[in-house]
Amino acid sequence: MDIDWAALGSVFGVSLVATVALVGLFTLGVQGLSKQEAAAAEGGSAPLARTGAYVCFALCTAAVAYGISLIVA
Amino acid sequence: MEHITLLLAIVIVTALVFDFTNGFHDTANAMATTISTGALKPKTAVAMSAVLNLVGAFLSVEVAKTISKGLVDETGIAPEVILAALVGAILWNLLTWLIGLPSSSSHALMGGLIGATIASIGLSGVNGGVVVTKVLIPAIAAPLVAGMAAYFSTRLTYKIGKNTAPKAQAKGYRSGQIASAGLVSLAHGTNDAQKTMGIITLALVAGGVLAPGSNPPMWVILSAGLAIALGTYLGGWRIIRTMGKGLTDLQPQQGFAAQTSAATVILASSHLGFSLSTTHSCSGAVMGAGLGRKGGVVRWSTATRMFVAWGLTLPAAGLVAAVAEFVARQGDWGVAAVATFLVVSCAAIWIISRRQVVNHTNVNDVDADGTPDSGDAQPGVVTTAIAAVTPPPAGAPADLSATIPAPSAPPTESARSAAV
Repeated sequence: MDIDWAALGSVFGVSLVATVALVGLFTLGVQGLSKQEAAAAEGGSAPLARTGAYVCFALCTAAVAYGISLIVA
Repeated sequence: MEHITLLLAIVIVTALVFDFTNGFHDTANAMATTISTGALKPKTAVAMSAVLNLVGAFLSVEVAKTISKGLVDETGIAPEVILAALVGAILWNLLTWLIGLPSSSSHALMGGLIGATIASIGLSGVNGGVVVTKVLIPAIAAPLVAGMAAYFSTRLTYKIGKNTAPKAQAKGYRSGQIASAGLVSLAHGTNDAQKTMGIITLALVAGGVLAPGSNPPMWVILSAGLAIALGTYLGGWRIIRTMGKGLTDLQPQQGFAAQTSAATVILASSHLGFSLSTTHSCSGAVMGAGLGRKGGVVRWSTATRMFVAWGLTLPAAGLVAAVAEFVARQGDWGVAAVATFLVVSCAAIWIISRRQVVNHTNVNDVDADGTPDSGDAQPGVVTTAIAAVTPPPAGAPADLSATIPAPSAPPTESARSAAV
């Protein structure tokens, strides 16, 4: 009986980092879009917030695509 | 296919029934938080999950080849042993569904295989070390890993997003939840539908229909995929309610954090070589997300019942399987008795479940005290069932007699349903 502590540890680390990073990115994206909406409501625009939001969502989409590729492979 | 005996046919049908129970038992993993936060309508959610499970079933056959993971000695395993293992796993799945507790279908199947193997060839047939490394450690690690990831990401998302307009948040988190729930469903289809394919293939090899080491034939892949998708679509609403509403109250942010954590843990674990149960990861993630919000609470009474069910999964399914193996080994009448016992038990559990129906219309309704499983119509039934499964503080022995039918399986049917 040998427990693969290294594998368990890496599952732990990867899960923690990936989840926090993804959720953080996504939250930033949501926040950026809401800033843009708020600016649009006042007739203005917030290009930085909008671009940032799109970058965040693009990274999240890439992560989902990577997830799917892991499942399919 | 002309050589398929009656026994083999029974095994295949039973395996598909297990696949079906696996589907509706595990719908909650992917969709509970999506449904409870209102990101998707209940019916839409289960339909999406069902389709992705079906797709997942066709993606690969890698898991199907290594079904029991070296847990038991696969060479010389008889169809009766597989049948007995399935009977134990199905009954445990149905019983935990009846009382609305999420528990691992894989553990139920492993428990069944272990019990049936011990009854068949004795303790030597089971690899004890593998039981610890593949079952016990993951059962403890999965909720901790997923729970901590969900906890920290929930904290983070509330911290970053505290100034964000609620309307933009609701829309954003909705799509996030759908994406992560989709990933969990797809991963479930690839993993769990394949377990059934593996079991059927194993039975076909044991029955001499297929050559050892064969890939599952197309009709096996198709029927296993359809069975799990159908089960998922019917939805284990009782378990969805416990996971989505019973353990804690989830807001969209928390649902998203929990679902993302579960998806990440499942993918990370299956690709870094330390496989963790989907159910345990999802339950842990939900609890972690519940604790991560300021003022969020986890209902530890429900959580404790769930942990107890996890602890009992292996011995309970194993014991039923062992008894079933002993009876099935007696010959044709034994196999017939086990099959009848399974059918009658399933019918009994279904009839009991009809006394207090949980479906897509009331899946999100929770009593004022927040304990969804103390029902409105018939509190007595479910409370008694929980009392039968929750062990007294003293320990397991008293409890085992309450959960498991006595050794002579078929005659105790009435006693069993009475206990439930």
